[in-house]
Amino acid sequence: MKFYDVTDLAVRNLRESLFRNSLTTIGISVGVASLVAMLSLGIGLQQLASRRLQKSGLFDTVVATSRRDFRNFREQREEGLPPAESPALDEGARQKIEHLPGVVEAYPDIRFVTELRFDDKPHLTMVAGVPFSAKNNNDAFDGMQGGFFSSESVPEVILQKSFAEELLGKTPKPGADNTNIAELAKPLLGKELVMRYAERIAPASASPSKTGPGDGAAYSVVSRQQALKIVGVTDLDPDSMRGTARARVFLPLKLAQNLHVMQSELRDTSASGAPTYTSLSVRVGNPNQVPVVEDAIKKMGFSAFSIVDATRSMRQFFAVLDVFLAIFGSLALAVASIGIVNTLVMAILERRREIGIMKAVGASDADVRGLFFAEAGAMGLVGGAVGVTLGWVIGRLINFGTNIYLERQHFPPAQIWSMPLWLVLSAIAFSIVVSLLSGLYPAARAARLDPVQALRYE
Amino acid sequence: MESSGPNSLAVRTENVCRHYQMGHALVRAVDGISIDIRTGDFVALLGASGSGKSSLLNLVAGLDRPSSGAVIVHGENLAALSREKLAKYRLHAVGMVFQSFNLIPSMSLLENVELPMRFAEVDRRERSTLARQSLERVGLSGRLSHRPMELSGGEQQRASLARALINRPKLLLADEPTGNLDSRTGTEIMDLIRSFNQSLGMTVLLVTHEQALAEKYAGRMLHLADGRLIDDVPINAMPNDAVRNHDLPNISSAEAPAPRGETRGETQ
Repeated sequence: MKFYDVTDLAVRNLRESLFRNSLTTIGISVGVASLVAMLSLGIGLQQLASRRLQKSGLFDTVVATSRRDFRNFREQREEGLPPAESPALDEGARQKIEHLPGVVEAYPDIRFVTELRFDDKPHLTMVAGVPFSAKNNNDAFDGMQGGFFSSESVPEVILQKSFAEELLGKTPKPGADNTNIAELAKPLLGKELVMRYAERIAPASASPSKTGPGDGAAYSVVSRQQALKIVGVTDLDPDSMRGTARARVFLPLKLAQNLHVMQSELRDTSASGAPTYTSLSVRVGNPNQVPVVEDAIKKMGFSAFSIVDATRSMRQFFAVLDVFLAIFGSLALAVASIGIVNTLVMAILERRREIGIMKAVGASDADVRGLFFAEAGAMGLVGGAVGVTLGWVIGRLINFGTNIYLERQHFPPAQIWSMPLWLVLSAIAFSIVVSLLSGLYPAARAARLDPVQALRYE
Repeated sequence: MESSGPNSLAVRTENVCRHYQMGHALVRAVDGISIDIRTGDFVALLGASGSGKSSLLNLVAGLDRPSSGAVIVHGENLAALSREKLAKYRLHAVGMVFQSFNLIPSMSLLENVELPMRFAEVDRRERSTLARQSLERVGLSGRLSHRPMELSGGEQQRASLARALINRPKLLLADEPTGNLDSRTGTEIMDLIRSFNQSLGMTVLLVTHEQALAEKYAGRMLHLADGRLIDDVPINAMPNDAVRNHDLPNISSAEAPAPRGETRGETQ
């Protein structure tokens, strides 16, 4: 029989016992829906975790430092030029690094401990420059109160929650993290903060040093102060990767550069007298490119390090999780497949005579088998399609419910659910395969039916 | 083996048996029957209920396989064919008409008649044309989209005939085709069958228990009892030989509808 005829007859037969076949198909749909909902949650959670990790900057950032800096503990193990002959990490080097393939941006790390006055009370903390691109790249700025810096070098600051609490004289209870960030930010946003800092002024006439690098480059230090407007308070920690050295107050990077704040770690080792950077943060487009960029930076004569891509082990964890979710989701589909077997065996009993007639007028075993297969496959296809739709709705509802909960807990909304096209297609294909497998026994039984017996059946 | 020319053999059975076990008893439905039927013949198989006439017909139709012996149709031994080839044989070489019509109730007449052509993989447009022509030939051109239940018994049997002839078989097997019809409708059906026998040269093997029907239409009568052939009577030798040999009841079944529970026919 031609494919069209098999399909046509199968659909016709399915329509004849519409109610029973619909119930069976609904069974398949529920099975597919549970499978799809489970997997789309698994995938969604994986993507969420992956996104968070990527935005943390832990795995897409290479930190480049000059090898002239003797405090670089990795120096001894690295090959290449001796520290004294390695190039300086200055603006030229920064631009070169930024033009390496795969690099999105390279910006200097500027961080210093200084005094900030609020309501005439001094507070000492670590301040860091934040590149303007962090607006979109750093998760911590996503759900914050207030807004990001209005431009690249405005005198504005964003405070981390714990510093905001300190400014307001609140002491959070240890272990409890139930501060309402919105209430915390209200009295601070728009207020002014005065930063006192030491400006480093380069010598008026920079002359090449004859005695070599690192030998007595002179500069003066002037005490300054700068008024800064509080524009945002973040709940999360934008500087989390810095550990104990992490900053709690953030300035626009350009502003921080323009202020020429003297940094504790800075050593002006430039032979030309041009300012050099302690370290550069090199942001890479794709975490997979990190090793390549790291090597390229080392070849240029700098030290470079990155954190090994931890997303690999995370992906492994989620792969295991997905397998478990798929197994639980498949249980419902397994139950549904028994429904298919039952329906088709019933259909054989009901249509015994019809099968006999078909055989009498020339249907082969393969024709009859194909017909029952097609019926099973059609139920699988429809069940799969309806199931995917149902799974989509369930996933959306869970996502919606979770976000209501997150909002109540003052967390930013999150997409914990994802249904990629491959999941849709493979769920439908899986449903068809399971249905066809369920149809194996009934189809074989129908095909072997003795036509004489079948025609006698009333 | 002979070809399918006008005087060649259409069907030959060689000591064919169909035995089967029913509990502890061995049922000999067909028990060593040897017959030759020439191409274009109209042969009636007569006998009482359980005489083995339908079993023999099923063997010739390729619906069943003999326990022993051979059934040779147009030179091909059906007993040696695979299930697949036997299905092809049923599809192309024979057409069957049943007492209970055996139309598929969920399909329209047109679809029922088209069904064998679906298995023969005939193009959709072509099979629709052929099915319409076939239904027209049996006088049902106005009932194409009706379902079997919406038709009278005679109309259903005519549709069944149209279906049997759709793949142009050389052999038409009719198993009590008038059994469920009144005599007038039965005559219409038999007239149709005779016209196909005469105009298309189609070999007809008719199973019936109505002596009169067989006498009126068939050219030869084969009497069966307990699975054996007990008499082979050419119609032109009737009625004297048959009466002399077997004391057959002579019932004119053209007058009244035939009852299904058959007590008439040959008794041994």
